[in-house]
Amino acid sequence: MNISLFAAIPEIFMAAMIVVILLLDAFVADNKKHLNTIFTLAALIGGYILQVYVFIPGQIQLAFGNMFILDSLAQGMKLFTYILAIVTVIYIKHYINDKKIMKGEFYAIFLFSILGMLVMISANNLLILYVGLELLSLALYGLVALNRDSTKSTEAAMKFFILGALASGLLLYGISFVFGATGELQLDKVFQAISTNGSQNAGLLVFGLVFIVAGLVFKLGLVPFHMWVPDVYEGSQLAATTVIGSVTKLASVVFIIRFLIGGLVMLSHDWSLMLSMLAFLSLFIGNIVAIAQTNIKRLLGYSTVAHMAFIAFGLMTVSVNGISAVVFYTIVYAITALAGFGVLLFLSKDGFECEQIDDLRGLNKSHPVYAGIMLLVMFSLAGIPPLAGFYAKFTILQALVELGYIKSAVFAVVLSLIGAFYYLRIVKVMYFDEKDVGLQVANVGLLPRVALFINGGLLLLIGILPSGLMNICTQMITS
Amino acid sequence: MMHNLISLTVWTPIVAGIIVLFFGKNECLARYLALLGAIIGFIFSAIIFFKFDSNFSGIQFEENIPWISQLHINYHFGVDGISMPFLLLNNFITVLVILAGWRVIKHKVALYNSMFLLMTGFMSAVFGALDAILFYVFFEAMLIPMYLIIGVWGSSNRVYAAFKFFLYTLMGSLLMLVALIYLYNVSGNSFDIFTYYRTPLTMVAQILIFVAFFFSFAVKVPMWPVHTWLPDAHPEAPTGGSIVLAAITLKIGGYGFLRFVLPIVPDASRFLAPLMITLSLIAIVYIGLVAIVQKDMKKLVAYSSISHMGFVTLGTFLFVGPIASVWGLQGAITQMISHGFIAAAMFMCIGVMYDRVHSRNIADYGGVATKMPIFATFFMLFSMANSGLPGTSGFVGEFMVIMASVQNNFIYGLIAAISLILGAAFTLWMYKRVMFGEVNNHHVEEMKDVNGFEFVVLALLAVGVLWMGLYPEIFVSKMQVGVHDLVVQVANSKI
Repeated sequence: MNISLFAAIPEIFMAAMIVVILLLDAFVADNKKHLNTIFTLAALIGGYILQVYVFIPGQIQLAFGNMFILDSLAQGMKLFTYILAIVTVIYIKHYINDKKIMKGEFYAIFLFSILGMLVMISANNLLILYVGLELLSLALYGLVALNRDSTKSTEAAMKFFILGALASGLLLYGISFVFGATGELQLDKVFQAISTNGSQNAGLLVFGLVFIVAGLVFKLGLVPFHMWVPDVYEGSQLAATTVIGSVTKLASVVFIIRFLIGGLVMLSHDWSLMLSMLAFLSLFIGNIVAIAQTNIKRLLGYSTVAHMAFIAFGLMTVSVNGISAVVFYTIVYAITALAGFGVLLFLSKDGFECEQIDDLRGLNKSHPVYAGIMLLVMFSLAGIPPLAGFYAKFTILQALVELGYIKSAVFAVVLSLIGAFYYLRIVKVMYFDEKDVGLQVANVGLLPRVALFINGGLLLLIGILPSGLMNICTQMITS
Repeated sequence: MMHNLISLTVWTPIVAGIIVLFFGKNECLARYLALLGAIIGFIFSAIIFFKFDSNFSGIQFEENIPWISQLHINYHFGVDGISMPFLLLNNFITVLVILAGWRVIKHKVALYNSMFLLMTGFMSAVFGALDAILFYVFFEAMLIPMYLIIGVWGSSNRVYAAFKFFLYTLMGSLLMLVALIYLYNVSGNSFDIFTYYRTPLTMVAQILIFVAFFFSFAVKVPMWPVHTWLPDAHPEAPTGGSIVLAAITLKIGGYGFLRFVLPIVPDASRFLAPLMITLSLIAIVYIGLVAIVQKDMKKLVAYSSISHMGFVTLGTFLFVGPIASVWGLQGAITQMISHGFIAAAMFMCIGVMYDRVHSRNIADYGGVATKMPIFATFFMLFSMANSGLPGTSGFVGEFMVIMASVQNNFIYGLIAAISLILGAAFTLWMYKRVMFGEVNNHHVEEMKDVNGFEFVVLALLAVGVLWMGLYPEIFVSKMQVGVHDLVVQVANSKI
């Protein structure tokens, strides 16, 4: 048995840093709370450096008795997770200071969620996947509930918790069936067991698979398991929405890839049918219902549902191209959403929360740069070239057409046309409408502004030269 | 530098546009920078025009480097006789648009000029692209600046018009994207347009691809019955926006039919030609009748554009009709270039009056000729050109297409020729009501004749209109070989 812990050093470091931050918070004075931010950034940057150092290219490293895996997919996604988490911390610093939640526990919970993501990304065992998921989910429930005086937040947290716990239960129930049918929990062994004598327990496996898929797509937020997404997006404070809406997606998608492609690929015939139906529904409901929204957070929630449908379409193809398209889509989506939330965070000031579409009225007049970034975000989400979102959709469509799913591709593009409408509406509000009083932007300091500017520029850069990121994604998948 | 000319034509305006956007705090500086960018772009396109070898069959000024190698997408530019004239027209019109907005646009000057420069660069790329995805990227990217142009500087109903424009055109292009990906898979992983020319396709596949392309290009042209966005977009767009929309953007639809539809799906084109000819004839006659009753000058010219673009699609599909008529194809291309000048000129004239009176209603005018004699002369010339008077550019293309129709079927010719009467009716009647008669209100009484900028723009357009009318040879000779190549290409069946 392999008991080396080398591959898990960054995660162990993160866990230690979380304890340090919790202790630190108890000892520093209220006027020095920015130390928390500095330590959090240090933890994330340290984790990033260790991660780079730990990885040996071209080799699959295992730890904890093969329950923990560090392959190139894990390495790539973890590095992106660290970067997105660092940018998130930079964006939300001002906001949480303003909302008076600049406390150790916020950062500790946030880092716990990051740790959960890292564990999910590296899990090589069904139970470790589950543990990572629970670590992430519990931390997220905490983040949503942190604003305890708001009924909306509390309601959102309760919904999130109850539904999330139910979904976790379904997942665990499904896992137990897989274990019963194969006698294994290790992903590669499950794969082997199904491919050698899968037909023996086919009924049992498919029965379990239904529960697993239900649990997994709950995390993605596909219809009909989507109702928590808009409620949680709207109910949480922007800082928490930013975490849920952006960086978390990376881990969720790797989680599904590991489950369905790594372990249960032999059952792809069954689950791809389920995914395709859920994806159709999600595209339809996500895009149509988003039109009626007036709250941006809620709108972005429904838009996430529609975007995750594209990811499900990519998974459905079970091809190398399709899966690398899924990874590409996820990264692009996370970067795009982060820039969008960044703008909203900067516009929230003195207890005011920038969350209605009307709050952005006339933004171009008062702050052309922020309006420009939001414009890039919206067109990228709508999938208009030359922005990153176009190539994300393009690669997925290509994977679909390659395997002959032409009707799905046509359906997807027709519904993304409907989707374009509500993104355009936000651009319209910013550019076409005028407002008497200009919007106030919080004085966030230089670093966040530079970060946001780079973030927005990246959407254009990936749009013009997407091959670099595509290469990285293909490499992550092929090895 | 010589082998990068198309890239220079494409990127000069785009880079200039970005510079103007960021350094345009000073309005005056923004204007001069934009003009400089537009002129440099125009010079590059003029070099291409003069260096173009009209006897060479195939692609000239070719640039081909890998762009997204995983997906076999190349940065592949090049022009032939069909696309080259559009490149020149596009950059020429941009210079005029920047000049036309010099005094008029006082609101977000930098953004305005920058959006037009971006549009120009994107459209040059569309005409020069030989890789399907490169084409598509710029084809769609055009929507962003145009959406902002209509929405920010348009008049009362601008938001509705901007949405309608964006969603209509996006619907078409998304279906085209699926068709392109399909072609990629059947052609052995290539996005090269010329590879598609050689790819065999079954009739069913051809018809489906035709439909996808049709939605994309017919919306852009626009053909009846998917034309309804245009009369909404035009009146609401600022003068410059209308000029670019009518003079260049619509041509992309016609160009798309020539570059993609005819050579890639020749059999489906032949099969569906009667339908397309019918739609074109409906556009010519029905939309001509609609134009007569318009009360709004810009709407009137917008409808007249649709009717004139009907000749383009008519000529294009007569070419694959029962009797393959090269007249039709040449007429279609000539008509596109000519309409570029005339539509730009008509919208410019209306813009000149709108800036003085702030009304587009015909009823608010009358007797303008007595107050603005120089302007009246120009407007007369352009109105005559719009109704297809021999000696102006409007005549050449329409005449060629009517010849082609008569060759095919006398009835087609008869119906197409009705448009000459209708064109004269709606244009000259509008001219009469606006320019002649008594001065009937104090706004008209206060009108001053054209200023320097307007004079330069109108004079340049007048030169274009007359040149194309009296000596079209210089354009026609450059496109001859390109047209011939297309003829050979389309003659082959791909089934």
